[in-house]
Amino acid sequence: MKKDTARLKDLLGLEYLSRAQIEELLDQAKPMKQLFTRSVKKAPALRGKTVALVFFEPSTRTRTSFELAAKRLSADTLNIAASTSSVQKGESLIDTAKTLDAMKVDYIVLRHSASGAPHLVAREVKARVINAGDGSHEHPTQGLLDAFTIIEKKGKIDGLKVAILGDVAHSRVARSNLWVLTKLGAHVTVCAPETLIPPGLKEIFGSHVTITSHVDEAVKDADVINVLRLQVERQKENLMPSIREYAELFGLNLSRLALAKRDCIVLHPGPMNRGVEITSEVADSHQSVVLDQVTNGIAIRMSVLYWLTGHPLLDGGATAEQTLTQSEKLS
Amino acid sequence: MIPVIKNPHRGRLLIKGGRVIDPRQNLDQVTNILIENGKVLSIGHHLDTPANTPTLDATNSVVAPGLVDVHVHLREPGGEAKETIATGTRAAAAGGVTSVVSMPNTNPPMDNVADIQFVISRAAQEGMVRVYPTGTISKGRLGQELSEIGAMASVGCVAITDDGSEVMNSQLFRRALEYTKTFNLIVMDHCEDVNLMGDGVMNDGALATRLGLAGIPRQAEYTMVARNIALAELTGGRLHLTHMSVKESVELIRQAKAKGLHVTADVTPHHLILTEEAVQEYKSNAKVNPPLRTMEDVTALRKGLKEGVLDCVASDHAPHTQSEKLQEFSNAPFGLIGLETMLPLIITELVKPGYLTLSEMILRMSDLPARLFNLPAGTLEPGSNADIVIFDPEAKQTFTHFVSRSQNSPFLGWQLNGVVERTLVGGQTVYERSAASAKPHPSPL
Repeated sequence: MKKDTARLKDLLGLEYLSRAQIEELLDQAKPMKQLFTRSVKKAPALRGKTVALVFFEPSTRTRTSFELAAKRLSADTLNIAASTSSVQKGESLIDTAKTLDAMKVDYIVLRHSASGAPHLVAREVKARVINAGDGSHEHPTQGLLDAFTIIEKKGKIDGLKVAILGDVAHSRVARSNLWVLTKLGAHVTVCAPETLIPPGLKEIFGSHVTITSHVDEAVKDADVINVLRLQVERQKENLMPSIREYAELFGLNLSRLALAKRDCIVLHPGPMNRGVEITSEVADSHQSVVLDQVTNGIAIRMSVLYWLTGHPLLDGGATAEQTLTQSEKLS
Repeated sequence: MIPVIKNPHRGRLLIKGGRVIDPRQNLDQVTNILIENGKVLSIGHHLDTPANTPTLDATNSVVAPGLVDVHVHLREPGGEAKETIATGTRAAAAGGVTSVVSMPNTNPPMDNVADIQFVISRAAQEGMVRVYPTGTISKGRLGQELSEIGAMASVGCVAITDDGSEVMNSQLFRRALEYTKTFNLIVMDHCEDVNLMGDGVMNDGALATRLGLAGIPRQAEYTMVARNIALAELTGGRLHLTHMSVKESVELIRQAKAKGLHVTADVTPHHLILTEEAVQEYKSNAKVNPPLRTMEDVTALRKGLKEGVLDCVASDHAPHTQSEKLQEFSNAPFGLIGLETMLPLIITELVKPGYLTLSEMILRMSDLPARLFNLPAGTLEPGSNADIVIFDPEAKQTFTHFVSRSQNSPFLGWQLNGVVERTLVGGQTVYERSAASAKPHPSPL
């Protein structure tokens, strides 16, 4: 129970977390979800802390989710979007981050188009850095919320057959999913046109992963299907002949979904390209859990924010709820 | 064309008791060297010198012809924040390098006579070591039209290259190999298919996938190595392939040499020593082009160097400012500095473990590069320039700061064997370890 659950300064990726650390984060998210699904949505656990939401890429879902997570733990939030900040005046990422650090923010939640940008910032600042998606690298809170949603619906991850469909090569969601799911014992089948499968997946994930370009094979008997968003610009890079062909050959529709287990759930990180990687019939079916993912995202982000303080939530005599409502503990 | 020496050392200087290694003379013994007016006068145990001859005691040190580095970015003009001819040649002196071949991918690119003359005159004013400029293959380094190669050759350009990028137009590259024959010029090539490279920033493979970084496949290099060799065969031109990074390139060059083609190649210390693992955690000081590859490649490159398939070691000294390197990995520029670390790196990683002897090291870092590029350097034969490096191959040092204006080295903090004690150009000291932090030396040029 105690092994390898050391807290880290930053959350840069799920690759760097042990199974025990991941399980702790997922377990903590349960009381968080209970907290804000009650009528009173707020606990004072992070009162007096400041969370800077630094988004260098457009994002609604992840940014608002982090903002709500921070607010529901009573932290103050600060929104910085690249389009309205001194980045427009040519300020470097490091200078922006150091400026925030000098303002004594406690957390920097960073979304950036360059892989490794959060690593660069984390090395240079005292604030805790949370990766909210970096380039094609990782989107750790997405991976965690996907795992949380799967556990909520399936009771476990160990032994499940999960299919990830789509542009794995450029997807940070895919990488974070691969790390969390394989660490928790799932078997993951990755499916995309050969042009969108990155090299070395077998080398990295070994027998935990199967690779195919045939959707029917990938979804057959699957417990979970996670459909990735296709960036339509990829077509210009000759990674696929056309969006129409992609939808037809690699998209998830009802007839393909029927090959999966009867109780298979469908995840999508959003925003969806309806009619491209997923048909509306699938997106709106009872098997789709995309809205649960959105709700759970807030719980996971609360869990991550709290976890990085280093304070125990589930240990000791107090219940999680009691711990969360005792503000003095952290101030 | 030899860079003019304005202030060669006057009179005599005796370097006494050092282990003199000069592969061109097949020499490796403890002996003395007498220098007169900037040239080597004689070598031997019993030199006829007056008692008052100025003398350097080189006991326990190696005395060798100064290193010749055929791939150096001095950045001037246009990149003076990174390096200048003054600072880059000081870095060279500190590394025991007495002749550098400077790359033409400056801003603007060196594609005409005036640019070549600028480097030569600037080096004469401010340089600490001999600088041999190269010009671009194509005007503006755009890969479309030939630069005025003959004219550049006539004012001292020693080779042409569009280094930093490939000439993708095979017909243009063919013409360059043909046209240069008249001028006895080398065509030096970077070997990278720009389309295959795409927006890649590191070696393609599992690590790139893990880091979420776009990869540069090894094929981007060796398809161009193969094309260039084919064009050397077609034209009989003089081709030099620079900074080879993959094992397949070594094999292609081996075959080309077996056919008798005029093809030579160099390899950098970093490709001989580091693998792609060095970019873990997005360390941008290890972001270099061609990218660091795998252990298999390192092994093949070392074997290639040992066997002479790869002729020489060149640093590809590529300075960048700290703020440029302190960016997101994909936005940081490619390149690392290498002039000051090349000798200790090769000693520590290749000589100590037994891949090369010290004599083979001097062959590959001084004698051969000088001969390949027709430079008056690389030997201590009587009558040759007294361009000399004196170093202690056993002493250790840890690199914490560089003489170069830039500090972008993945070897910062490394403890290495091999300390340059003194560097002479034209018999005059241009670097002295004990005085490294004291007064700057006057330029001999």
